[in-house]
Amino acid sequence: MSTDAIIETRELTKIYNGQVAVENLSFSVHEGEIFGFLGPNGAGKTTTLLMLLGLTEPSSGTARVLGVDPTREPIKVKSMIGYLQENMGFYSDLNARQMLQFVAELNALPADIIDARITTALQMVGLGEEMQKKIGAYSRGMRQRLGIAELLIKDSKVAFLDEPTLGLDPDATNRMIELIQSLCQDKKMTILLSSHMLHQVQKICHRIGIMIKGRMVAQGDMGHLAREKFGVGKEQYTLEEIYMKYFQEA
Amino acid sequence: MRGIKTIIKKELADHFSSYRFTIIFALIAMLSLITAYMVGMNIRNELAGVAKPQFIFLMLFTSSGALFSLVQFVAFFGPLVGLVLGFDTINRERSQGTLSKLLSQPIYRDVVINGKFLAGVVMISVMMVSIVLVITGLGLIVLGIIPGLEEIWRIMIYLIISIIYISFWLGVAILFSILFRSTATSALAALAVWIFFSFFISLGANVIANALASDSAGDDPEVIMRRANIVKAFILTSPMELYREATATIIDPTRKSTPRSMVSVGPLETLSMSRFAGPLPLSQSILIVVPYIISLVAITVVCFAISYIVFMRQEIRSL
Repeated sequence: MSTDAIIETRELTKIYNGQVAVENLSFSVHEGEIFGFLGPNGAGKTTTLLMLLGLTEPSSGTARVLGVDPTREPIKVKSMIGYLQENMGFYSDLNARQMLQFVAELNALPADIIDARITTALQMVGLGEEMQKKIGAYSRGMRQRLGIAELLIKDSKVAFLDEPTLGLDPDATNRMIELIQSLCQDKKMTILLSSHMLHQVQKICHRIGIMIKGRMVAQGDMGHLAREKFGVGKEQYTLEEIYMKYFQEA
Repeated sequence: MRGIKTIIKKELADHFSSYRFTIIFALIAMLSLITAYMVGMNIRNELAGVAKPQFIFLMLFTSSGALFSLVQFVAFFGPLVGLVLGFDTINRERSQGTLSKLLSQPIYRDVVINGKFLAGVVMISVMMVSIVLVITGLGLIVLGIIPGLEEIWRIMIYLIISIIYISFWLGVAILFSILFRSTATSALAALAVWIFFSFFISLGANVIANALASDSAGDDPEVIMRRANIVKAFILTSPMELYREATATIIDPTRKSTPRSMVSVGPLETLSMSRFAGPLPLSQSILIVVPYIISLVAITVVCFAISYIVFMRQEIRSL
């Protein structure tokens, strides 16, 4: 495995009540890349993310995030990773500023930089106007962007985005995709992105991993995946076609 | 404890701005005010023209006016405050989806429960202290007597025991909020436990005592004694009884018998009895109640330990 791997797992396995959720998962994500994490619902993507965050203990196997074992030092790992969960939960009676303040304090950021950072983050995600509004009144797209603002507040090197575009309208989806790209380019974040929007994933991800029934069936860049499934010189296939092929074979 | 201050701060803000707390606080403040006022008037009327006995100020808390004394009132309805404050602590976060957000921040899991519990304890303390202050103030006006130093000490100890007692119920409520996914279920379960320990335990105690020591003749003193002991031992499993035992001697220095005395007496009788009975000094009263206080703290800790273990073992995936 390469030396610049930010995230690295070896034979990671998780068994829930006798059911295998993740099986012998080995993959790595390099610095500065967007890694697309694909797979049908229930394939074990979220479970993998939770194990990498140290929120769930793996049944066997090891994981390293920025060189730290999340099972042994969950606090250290959690302070370095920004996690945008699948169903964004916010305290609906707080406004955006209060919410981010809360997160910043939980992360023990120095009090004198919090205010400025919140303002910058909210402006970057385009919520500068709405920061006094209660989150309960936010649309889904705004909530997702607030989630991104949270990552900016933490100023994390690594971000796990679990279905960030789920249930967004086309316009909001595009905004989200642009934001994610700017996280990678401007903030130099390494991003692990789980999504079903194959078209968008194809557009922004450097490398892709396809997970089906708890196993990683393929990983690599688009060209590599296409060659593997359809043969050399068939790089014109879209991710959707590749994905469906894998899915049908599994 | 990293992050605990932040969580306490947020919880307090939530509590103070919630309607739930406002309503229950208003209700309790009103009831305790009325109780204290009636008791105060009662004492004043009965004592008109009689030399003032010792510890008259404490009678504001112990003697029942029209309905019940403040001490009884807190014993009965204090738990409700704890339950209302805590029954949806964890499962509300869960249904909002904020629990996994909270836990994906760099804080330990127990900080979440500890912070929420401590915030609840602060709320309970604020409430109890203000109620006692209101009653004291009202007592000053109605009775026209300034409490002595020892009385103030006793009231303060009473306050501390009450806060521990209500905090125990807060702990129970938090435990149920971890065990049950739905807030309605946890509220009902907590209420059921409260009703069981408050109302049914004494019934059950009698049934069991009858079974173990039947007094068909009803005149054998040994059987009667044994029966009384069984009832007492059984009843002490109820936190409410622990609380009653713990507070009774503190707030009523002239109390001699067990609280299960056969005759209930009014303030004048208490008074006439106390004329001839020297009150217990504060240190002796404390000595008597310490075991009860320890038991109260112990059951709170046990309750907390269970919450802690269950919460640590829960898989985040299923949150």
